[in-house]
Amino acid sequence: MTRLPDAPGIGFKPEHFEAIRATRPDLGFFEIHAENYMGAGGVPHAQLTALRADYALSLHGVGLSIGGPGRLDSDHLTRLRALIDRYHPESFSEHLAWASHGEAYLNDLLPLPYTPQTLRIVCDHIDEVQERLGCTMLLENPATYVLFEQSTLPETDFLAEVVKRTGCGLLLDVNNVFVSASNHRFDPRAYLEAFPMQAVGEIHLAGHATEDLPSGPLLIDAHCCPVAEPVWTLYAEVIARTGPRPSLIEWDNDVPALPVLLAEAARAGPVLARAGALTDA
Amino acid sequence: MPEAPFSTAFAAGLLGGAVPPGVTARDPAEAERRFAVYRNNVAHGLTRALASRFPVIERLLGAAFFTALAPLFIAAHPPASPRLFEWGAAFPDFLRTFPPLAGLPYLADVARLEMARGAAYHAADLRPLSPAALAALASTPDTARLVLHPSVQIIASDHAVGTIWAMNQPGAAPHDITDRPETVAVLRDRALNVQVWPLTSPETAFVAALRDALPLLTAAQAATRHDPRFDPAPLIGRLMQAGAFIAEPEEMP
Repeated sequence: MTRLPDAPGIGFKPEHFEAIRATRPDLGFFEIHAENYMGAGGVPHAQLTALRADYALSLHGVGLSIGGPGRLDSDHLTRLRALIDRYHPESFSEHLAWASHGEAYLNDLLPLPYTPQTLRIVCDHIDEVQERLGCTMLLENPATYVLFEQSTLPETDFLAEVVKRTGCGLLLDVNNVFVSASNHRFDPRAYLEAFPMQAVGEIHLAGHATEDLPSGPLLIDAHCCPVAEPVWTLYAEVIARTGPRPSLIEWDNDVPALPVLLAEAARAGPVLARAGALTDA
Repeated sequence: MPEAPFSTAFAAGLLGGAVPPGVTARDPAEAERRFAVYRNNVAHGLTRALASRFPVIERLLGAAFFTALAPLFIAAHPPASPRLFEWGAAFPDFLRTFPPLAGLPYLADVARLEMARGAAYHAADLRPLSPAALAALASTPDTARLVLHPSVQIIASDHAVGTIWAMNQPGAAPHDITDRPETVAVLRDRALNVQVWPLTSPETAFVAALRDALPLLTAAQAATRHDPRFDPAPLIGRLMQAGAFIAEPEEMP
């Protein structure tokens, strides 16, 4: 795999396809959910083939269940490999989460306790993924709503150890950091201070929803709205440290018209340009 | 005995069980409410996935009824893979045997029609038969076989399945109909649009015979048993135009 450009990108939504073809927006890359392209043919592959001809591509999986204790689904790895061989994406990423239990796919990014045992499972799974797919993957930090009493490792230590043992990169979702920090009342800047920034190959930005609970707000990673201002601030601080990185706007629910999404992505442009100027100096 | 993995109790809690042991929150009194985010994500996500596979069933039942029904189906038949577009094969039978829906006997066949549409949408890309190849095959009808594209499916029903489906499309308005047996073909055309075609009984016999890999002449004879004046040429023409015959069972590059 080559690498994604250090530029803004957006998640591809089929309803935007015609507008993208008509206007050819100036974007660094598109990201797709791998599972939506695991059918044999038809519109999804026709659209992806056309999109791929014009843009860099990030393949983002949601269903591999890397954080679960069960064996990885070998057929699912085969299907991922087929997508990589067909479309040659610049990046493949998945989540520090699980989604399948036994025979059931639960369709959500579910949390795991951070212990030496789960660390070993996650590392084994990532070794298997990288071997089967023939590439280095990026692992994304989760947004979480609960904690586990059995956890003995901070999330940042867990991720740093995964990077060290497997050689994988990280996808830093800044909104997820903000959501988890608010939900578990830790300082997002302390988390980012401890985050293994040298491994970051991509950034995610998204909007979140807020519910008011007696003890304070409950933030939900809903991908339903513009990126919150404090998340943009954290993003600028991250980019100042890492230098320019591929930066994706995720907006999967209540999807707006393409120009709205492009305007949101354009906000990352000056942040990346500033960091680029510093790096080049 | 080895300890059960953390995910066993967690998954059970998502599908109606209690908050799993060890799951907590900064304010432990809120663990239940915070765990409920995951419960809601799973229920809402799978319900919407089911609705996107069966939009006409959702419209026929109404959104509230569908949202109440979906968790029962999810608990009995959760998706087996992250490819959610393949999920739901058990939904027609679930609707057929769900006692409160006994008064709506056409629902299961409408659901079968929607399953077929989903399969057609994702079916493999195969090279359509050329007019020259068709002409060559037509010169030896007693042995020549026309191979249907894998998107082509036949849905036969004791109910007006095609009419019910069509009048519940966006922009269409339900109206009084006569509930009588109907058969439709589901297929994907050259522009990749999924189409639903009503079939007469000789047309059904003809397409079913082709699907069963019978020679062209045998298929035509099967059709004329339903209507001695049946001429397959117009139907073959429509199917050719839609790209419903394939050159050879080999994927396009």
